[in-house]
Amino acid sequence: MEVTAEIKREMFWTMLLARRLDERAWMLHRQGKITFHVSGIGHEAAQVGAAFAIRRGYDWVVPYYRDLALMLALGYTPLDFFLGLMGRRGEPGSGARQMPNHWSMRSMNVVSLSSPVSTQTLHAVGIAMGIKMRKEDKVVLTTVGEGGTSQGEWYEAVNWAAIHRLPVVFNVQNNQYAISEPVSLQMAVNSVAEKARGLGLPGVSVDGMDAFACLTAFQKAVEDARAGHGPVLIETCVYRITPHSSDDDDRTYRSREEVEAHKKDDGLLRTRNTLEREGVLTPQAVDAMEERARQIIDEAAAQAEATPYPPGEEGAFPVYAEEVRHA
Amino acid sequence: MPVQVIMPQLGESVVEGTVMQWLKAEGSAVERFEPLLAVNTDKVDTEIPSPAAGTLLRILVPEGETVRAGTVLAWIGQPGEAIGEEKPALSPAREGTTSKEKRKLGFISPVVARLAREHQVDLREVRGTGEGGRITKKDVLSYIEERNRAAPATPTAPWETPADGDLFRPVELPVTAAESSPQPARGRLIRLDPLRKAIAENLAASMRNAPHVTTMMEADMTRATAHRAAHRELFARDGVRLTFTAYFVSAIVTALKAYPVVNSSWTEEGILVHSQINIGMAVSLGDQGLIVPVIKNADGLSLLGLARTINDLAERTRLRRLQPDEVHGGTFTLTNHGTSGSLFATPVINQPQCGILGVGAIKKRVVVIEDMIAVRPMVYLSLTFDHRVVDGFTADGFLAKVVEALESW
Amino acid sequence: MPEITLIEAIRQALDEELARDDRVLVIGEDVGKRGGVFRATQGLYEKYGALRVFDSPLAEASIVGVGVGAALYGLRPVCEIQFADFIYPAFNQLISEVARMCYRTNGEWTVPMVIRAPYGGGVGGGLYHSQSVEAFFTHVPGLKVVIPSNPYDAKGLLKSAVRDPNPVLFFEPKKGYRLIRGEVPPGDYTVPIGPAQVSREGHDLSLFAYGMMHHYALEAAVQAAAEGISVEVVDLRTLLPVDRETILASVRKTGKALIVHEDTLTGGYGAEIAAIIASEAFTDLDAPVRRLCGPDVPAVPFSPSMQEWFMLNPERILREIRSLAAY
Repeated sequence: MEVTAEIKREMFWTMLLARRLDERAWMLHRQGKITFHVSGIGHEAAQVGAAFAIRRGYDWVVPYYRDLALMLALGYTPLDFFLGLMGRRGEPGSGARQMPNHWSMRSMNVVSLSSPVSTQTLHAVGIAMGIKMRKEDKVVLTTVGEGGTSQGEWYEAVNWAAIHRLPVVFNVQNNQYAISEPVSLQMAVNSVAEKARGLGLPGVSVDGMDAFACLTAFQKAVEDARAGHGPVLIETCVYRITPHSSDDDDRTYRSREEVEAHKKDDGLLRTRNTLEREGVLTPQAVDAMEERARQIIDEAAAQAEATPYPPGEEGAFPVYAEEVRHA
Repeated sequence: MPVQVIMPQLGESVVEGTVMQWLKAEGSAVERFEPLLAVNTDKVDTEIPSPAAGTLLRILVPEGETVRAGTVLAWIGQPGEAIGEEKPALSPAREGTTSKEKRKLGFISPVVARLAREHQVDLREVRGTGEGGRITKKDVLSYIEERNRAAPATPTAPWETPADGDLFRPVELPVTAAESSPQPARGRLIRLDPLRKAIAENLAASMRNAPHVTTMMEADMTRATAHRAAHRELFARDGVRLTFTAYFVSAIVTALKAYPVVNSSWTEEGILVHSQINIGMAVSLGDQGLIVPVIKNADGLSLLGLARTINDLAERTRLRRLQPDEVHGGTFTLTNHGTSGSLFATPVINQPQCGILGVGAIKKRVVVIEDMIAVRPMVYLSLTFDHRVVDGFTADGFLAKVVEALESW
Repeated sequence: MPEITLIEAIRQALDEELARDDRVLVIGEDVGKRGGVFRATQGLYEKYGALRVFDSPLAEASIVGVGVGAALYGLRPVCEIQFADFIYPAFNQLISEVARMCYRTNGEWTVPMVIRAPYGGGVGGGLYHSQSVEAFFTHVPGLKVVIPSNPYDAKGLLKSAVRDPNPVLFFEPKKGYRLIRGEVPPGDYTVPIGPAQVSREGHDLSLFAYGMMHHYALEAAVQAAAEGISVEVVDLRTLLPVDRETILASVRKTGKALIVHEDTLTGGYGAEIAAIIASEAFTDLDAPVRRLCGPDVPAVPFSPSMQEWFMLNPERILREIRSLAAY
C-alpha cells in the first residue's frame, strides 16, 4: 500500500492531537479537575503505525490503556476522552463506570479492557478463533506493555494463537518500564521479540519512535495474518517520557538525564522533521495544526466539564444483559 | 353472681369485632336487653344488649380495640360484687376444658410467638411436644384448630342498629384510600375500623396485582328512560322500585353472555371463566365506606327480578343486615358513581374479578344522530379490566355490547 | 420416556445445541477425539469437527479467556474445565472479565458463554479432583451459577445456559454422572435458569440442597417419611440468582430449615440461604436454621476412610432431619 502525503499528514495529525490531549490531561490533573491520568506520551508513533496498517472498523482491536493515539485513529474523540477523564454522563465506553483510558468502542470492533494486565490478550485469540471458524479474512490487533508479557495469560494467548495459526498481531509496546521496574527485571532476553522464537511465531522488533517504520512492519504482519500465515509478534521500542500515571513519581527510579535524552528522540518530533524534510509538511502547516488541536481540545474539555455526572443510581445496572438500557 | 358480657360471633366467617362505643359508663345501672355497647365487624355493625340487669361493674375492652369473638368485654353485677377475671379472656366454653395450671414456657420460637399474638393464644394452655417440652409451631396450630372447633357454633342473635341512611346510593370506589399523602404534623387521626381496613387492603392489593386499563364509551339512554317511565308504576304495584341500576345490570348480563371471558378471574394456573354470572354492586355507606353485595345468578333474573333483588340488597346493605355470603362470590362489579354527579371515573377492580363497569350521571347532551343535532339523555360508561386476562379488543367489544343493550330497550 | 444418566443428558444437550446453533462451540481439554475425560462430548468431534469441538492447550485461563473473545465475536462458547478444582487459573478471567464485561461497558459488550465443570467428592479424587467451588462464584454479581441434580434438569438447564445472554457457570455433580438416572424426553426442551424446585412436598421441615446432595436429600426424605417425618425438599438448581420466593414460601410453611451442601461450612453458599431466611422469615421460624455441610478442612482427603469421614451421605442427612424435626 502506497503511503501518500495525505496519509502521512493524517498520521502526524493523529500523533499531535494525542500528544496535546495527553498533556492537557496532566494539566487538568495538576489543576485538581481530574483525579487520575495514565499517559501514552512517547507511544504515539508506534500506535499510529499500527492503526494505519489495519482496516479500521473491519479488523478487530484489543487495546491496552496507553493506546490514546491508536484510539483517536479509530475514531475516538477528544470529547470521549475528557468525558472519561472526568467520569461524566455519556462517556461512551462504559457510561463512566470505568477509569479513564479503559476504552471500548463496539462500532469500530474495539473490545473493552480491564486493569489486570494481559487478560485481554486471550480475548484477541478468542476473537481470532471466531474469525477462523467463520472463514473470514479479518485480523486482530492486540497491544500490551512489556511488563504485561510477564503474565502467564500473555504466554498462553500467544502460544494458543501460534498453535492454531490464528490471525492475530500481538503488539508489545516496550517503553522500558513497568511503573518503576526496568525491562531487566521483567525478562532475561534482550528484546520481547526474542520471546516469539520459543512460542513458534515470527517476532519483529521495530523502532517505535519511527512511525513509518512501524507502519511498514505492521502492514507486513497484518498481510501475513490475513493471508492465513498465522500470528506475528511485533515489539515496538518506545520510551515512556512521563511517569507511569498521575500518581507516580519517576524521579525515584530514573534520572532526569535519561528522560531528557529520550525527549530529543521523541517520535512526534522525528515525524515532524521527516515530513518537513520530505516537503509533506511546512512549519506553517504544523502551526495551523497546533492551533486546530488547541481549539478542539479547549472546546472538548469545556464541554466535558459542563456535562453532569451520571445519576448515582445508574450504578445499579446493567449487571446482567437483561438490564441493559439503550439510549 | 356477676355476669360476663362477651364479644359475640357476628356471622360465620367473622372471628373478631371492634368495640366502637360504650353506651353505658362503668358504675351505671343497666336493664336487661338495654343496649350496652356498639360493636363493628368487617361485615356487620350492631349494638349488644345487656345480658342482665344490674350495674356495669367493669369495662375490660376500651373503645377502638379489636378482640376475638368470645372475649369478655365487661362484667354486670351488683355494686361491690367481686368479679372473676381482670383481663380479656377466652370464651367460657373454652375455659371449662382448659387447664389453668401455670407452668414454665421454656424457649418460644419466633413463629410460636407470632402465632400466639395473632390468635391471642395463652401459651400456658398449650401442650409442648418439642425438645424438652418446647411448644412447637405445630402445637400452637393444633391448639388453635381445637379451640375453633370448640367455639360456640351459633352466633348470638344480633340486635341490629336501626337505619338512618338514605336509599341505595352507589358511588365510585374510594381509590384515594390507597393513595397515602404525607400526614400534616398535628392532624386528627381517624382510627381504622374493620370496614375501612378491608377496603384499603382490597383496593391496594387490586391495584398492585392487576394491570388496570380503563376504556370508555357513551350510551344513549333515550329508550331505557322511556322504558323505565312506562314501567315504573307497573313495578311499583309489585312493591318494586325500578331504578336505572336494573337496566345497567341487565346490560352487563347480556354483554357477559356475549363475552364470557370477561366473566372470569386471573389465576396462576390460567384464566378461570366462571359458570355463574354474579354481579356485585357497590353500595355506598356515605363516609363510612362502601359494601359490594352480590346479585347471584343475575342471568336468571328478569328486569323485575333484578330490580327486586337490587332493592332488597341495597336496603339490607344500608341496614348492615347482609349475610356474610351475600358479599362473596361476585364475578363482575357495577359501580354507579353518577349518583354523586360524576361523569366518568376509572374504578378499581374488585378482586379477583376481571372487570368493573363504572356508570356516570345521565345527562342531557347535544349529540349528532344521522347528521342531525339532537338532545338525548347520555351516559358515560367506563370499563376497567384486568389486562392480564383480556386485551383492549375484547374489552371494547364487551363495552360496545353493554351500550347496545342499553340502547335497544 | 427413556431413562438416561446425568452425563448422557449433558451430552445430549451439547449435541442438540451444537446442531441447533452454528455459533455454539465447545472448548476444553480432551473434549475432541477423546470425547472428554467423562465422555460428556463423546461423538461430537466426529459430528461437528475440530473447530467446533475444540481441543485446547492445557491452560484453564486460556479456555475461559479465549471463550470470552469468542463470545465477544458473536459465538456461543461452552468452555469445559476438566475438574472444578482446576478452575482457579481462570479465576482472573471469570471475575475480572466474564462477570464484569456487561457492567463495565454499560451493556455495549456481553459475554454469552457457559463454563461447565464437574465438581464434588466421593470419587477417590483426593484434594484436587473433589472440590466444590460454587461459593467462590455465587459471591460475584454478573455471573449465573447453576447446579443440576438430575438428568432432566441437567439437559434443560444446560440448554438454557447456552441460550442465556449472560455467562453461566454450570457445575455438574460428577459422582452422579452415571449414578443418577432419570427420564429425559428426546429432543428440545429447556428448564429456566432461576427458579428453584420443590422436589418433594412436606410440612415438618424444609431441606434445601443442590447437586449430589439433593440426590441424597431425597433419599433421606423418603426414609424420614417412613418414620413419620414429612420433609419438604427444595432443589435450588440455580444458586445465582437465588430464588428467594421459593425458599421463603417453603420455610413459611414448615417453620424449620435445613441447608445441606457438600462444600465446606464457613462462608459456604448455605450461609446466604440461612441469612435470607433469618432476615425475611424470622417470625416464621420454629427452630434455628441448620446447616449440614462439609467439614472446614482444605479439601477432600484421598484415603477412603478419610474421604468417608469428609463426605455427607443420606444417613447423615437423615440424622440431622430427625434432630431438627424433634426440636
